[in-house]
Amino acid sequence: MRSLYRISLVACLVLAFSIQQVPLAQQSKDSGQAKPEASPSPSTPPGPGGISTPNADPFPSTYQPFPHRTTLIRNATIMTAAGPTLQNGSVLLRDGKIAAVGTNVSAPADAVVIDGTGKYVTPGIIDVHSHIGDYPAPGVDANSDGNEATNPVTANVWAEHSVWPQDPQFPRALAGGVTTMQILPGSANLIGGRSVVVKVVPARTVQGMKFPGAKYGLKMACGENPKRVYQQRGPSTRMGNVAGYRAAWIQAEAYRRKWDTWNATHKGDAPTRDLGLETLAEVLRGNILVHNHCYRADEMAQMIDIAKEFGYKIRAFHHTVEGYKIADLLKANGIGAAEWADWGGFKMEANDSVKANLAITDAVGARAMIHSDSALGAQRLNQEVAKAMYAGRAAGINITEDQAIKWLTINPAWALGLDDKIGSIEVGKNADVVLWSGNPFSVYSRAEKVWIDGSMLYDRNDKAEKWRTDFELGLVKEDN
Amino acid sequence: MRKILLAILLLSLAYLPVWSQTIAITGGKVYPVSGPPIANGTVLIRDGVIVAVGASVNIPAGAQRIDATGKIVTPGLINAITNIGLVEIGQVRDTNDAAAKGSNNIAAAFKVWEGLNPASSVFAPTRSEGVTTVIIAPRGGLVSGQAAAIDLGSGLRSEVIRRSPVAMIAQIDDAQSAGTNSRGELMGKLRALFDDVKFYMAHRLDYDRAATKTLSAPAADLEALIPVIQGRMPIMIDADRVDEIDAALQLARDYSLKLMISGGAESWLAADRLAAAHVPVLTGAMNNIPDSFARLNQRQETAAMLRRAGVQVVLVGNGDGDESRFNARNIKYEAGNAVAYGMNYDDALRAITLAPAELFGLSDRIGSLQAGRDANVVVWSGDPFEFSTRVEHVFIRGRENNEPSRQDLLIERYKPKGSR
Repeated sequence: MRSLYRISLVACLVLAFSIQQVPLAQQSKDSGQAKPEASPSPSTPPGPGGISTPNADPFPSTYQPFPHRTTLIRNATIMTAAGPTLQNGSVLLRDGKIAAVGTNVSAPADAVVIDGTGKYVTPGIIDVHSHIGDYPAPGVDANSDGNEATNPVTANVWAEHSVWPQDPQFPRALAGGVTTMQILPGSANLIGGRSVVVKVVPARTVQGMKFPGAKYGLKMACGENPKRVYQQRGPSTRMGNVAGYRAAWIQAEAYRRKWDTWNATHKGDAPTRDLGLETLAEVLRGNILVHNHCYRADEMAQMIDIAKEFGYKIRAFHHTVEGYKIADLLKANGIGAAEWADWGGFKMEANDSVKANLAITDAVGARAMIHSDSALGAQRLNQEVAKAMYAGRAAGINITEDQAIKWLTINPAWALGLDDKIGSIEVGKNADVVLWSGNPFSVYSRAEKVWIDGSMLYDRNDKAEKWRTDFELGLVKEDN
Repeated sequence: MRKILLAILLLSLAYLPVWSQTIAITGGKVYPVSGPPIANGTVLIRDGVIVAVGASVNIPAGAQRIDATGKIVTPGLINAITNIGLVEIGQVRDTNDAAAKGSNNIAAAFKVWEGLNPASSVFAPTRSEGVTTVIIAPRGGLVSGQAAAIDLGSGLRSEVIRRSPVAMIAQIDDAQSAGTNSRGELMGKLRALFDDVKFYMAHRLDYDRAATKTLSAPAADLEALIPVIQGRMPIMIDADRVDEIDAALQLARDYSLKLMISGGAESWLAADRLAAAHVPVLTGAMNNIPDSFARLNQRQETAAMLRRAGVQVVLVGNGDGDESRFNARNIKYEAGNAVAYGMNYDDALRAITLAPAELFGLSDRIGSLQAGRDANVVVWSGDPFEFSTRVEHVFIRGRENNEPSRQDLLIERYKPKGSR
């Protein structure tokens, strides 16, 4: 009965059975940097990785927009996430940007014109909580790379070093209208490591998917997972968890001071780099956004106090199953709430899950957003939002479609610090757009076409153009 | 004050002996499932049983009338693979009663319903979203045990069990879980077990005198498998890879099994053979990920393709939204997705009502709206598969139970003041 009773692959819960540690030195250095260097010799000056450089970008994005044509979608219902829905609207995609949106946009001579009669247009969906690539399909131990469950604090690991670009879950997420996702380390650890923000595009390397200019995130986790995983060595209690976060931040603060002093004076030898503390120091400097897996209301309140104690900000809580109990606190502290529509009951801290969670969180004024934590859920985030919106209405909270569309788009864009580039259909923003067969909050609607930076990367009606990963070739039938 | 009034109202609704009344649901579009939809139809219920369904039904004086004008009336939905009442909280060991220890990975004698908790908090939210009956199935091992059908009413365990057993549960897609190291070894073990059941039937007296060779399972398990070998009790075998499905079909031929396939990730590749063998498939419409080497060709069109080939299909959850328990209520969205991926609407509705009732020997009582059937009936504000639709009335054996769920109570406690 495995397949039917498959415990929901809350990838955060899934812990690697056998963990093979690969020394950092063995990790690929083929980062795409245009700096072919000879093997280091004493006379060679240190590379930029030799000293601590805030905002260092040792694995830079090599993403290039795909070929695109000026495209006008017209006669469609357009949910902009930036204002009221436009009936009979048009969107013009030009040079990778949204060039015009409104009810009266004329087609430039060179434009491909797509008739959107009866169809809907939304911004590309943004999934702030994914493990695609670091828990790829098929789910074999050899590719289970999401949790570095060897130490409760692994701020030194970066999710991108686990991301397999040939994960067949990527094209399936794109077909669900997801254009940007944040891939996080799992939640075995108090501090799990850096996330990476990617565009959902075919690429041979993760660098080819990385969203240019996106900030890194830091994954933290509350509650049951860390204390279960480290039961033997500790932490084994929630108070142990809290002691663990605080100990890490104390170290990070000292490290930040030491480096900030040295950077200001350059006196004496540079302090020795520590990858984990470097990441945490960047959080303290405000350069990395904290994404905190946390279910229970009381624990979220404690995490907020820890953030205040050490002077960092929590950008968003993830899962936030009890967000509805403390939505006022989230609002007051400017913290986003990434939530499921209806997952619950799989562990004690998920026992108070309610379907009106997103609606209540939003109605109280906190920044609510959907998230998947699932390669299947990612394909139907529009359906998840529909469930949550209507559950809110059933509870007497009138969530409009114009509000609910923000849970899929502009609110997660904000959580990633990218709301100036993506998440809404506004002139000047990246042309990340989805054309739906009907209202995206209907169970029968499907994404028909998906554009990223103005390039149509998915077309349900054109099998020839279908993105098939290397893994699928010769293994997964083509008509699938 | 308002809350107290609400609570009183809800409690009084919960305990009113509504079932003893005559209830007429009028004016709705009625989907009997056993026949074509009836516009402006009436469903008449008396003493927990449907007594009439049609366009012109005489409504007795004094009947409680429910105006369903503009609404949809269907049989109560059936979720055919769940562990509701067997598992309360996944990671809390003491609330897990779905898997037997068994003996050598064989637990045919395991009657999963004997551990059913009828006070499970999952009953109310599942019921209130239109699911009236579920199959509770054991899991694990090679032969997991026996499944039962339960109604999501309230009452003692004996009162909520509709029928037990309804099927034997087994799997051939996980050699390790079967206590073997390869699929071939697993099949050998299963065949040896079935051979031993036959041997046991023929040599019972010798067995009781301990005068037989050693058999591959204890007497209780062999005994439990007799109706399976005799083709009287269906056996549901979980199989995903297409050759596993063919192996199950071969097994069914060799032992005259009344086979059903669950899982069925690649079953669309065996659609013709399944149809020819009249073997039904329980599968979903929400998984297209090659998430294991046995499920490389998993796709969302499977249910539609099987149906087109003439295979009887029951829709169950195969996404990861936990449709076997906490979100068993979402089975209607599995059906909606099946339609989005090519399944005929009526087939999809059938696949969560009458089809599972037929498979598990319940169709003489539930699964359709016909005179003489138990009154498991749902009134929907619109299309049952749509997110925008609300459940307005749920009857189980003619009784409406509006007891609020834990989730309702939490929402009531925390939702902002001023919401309705």
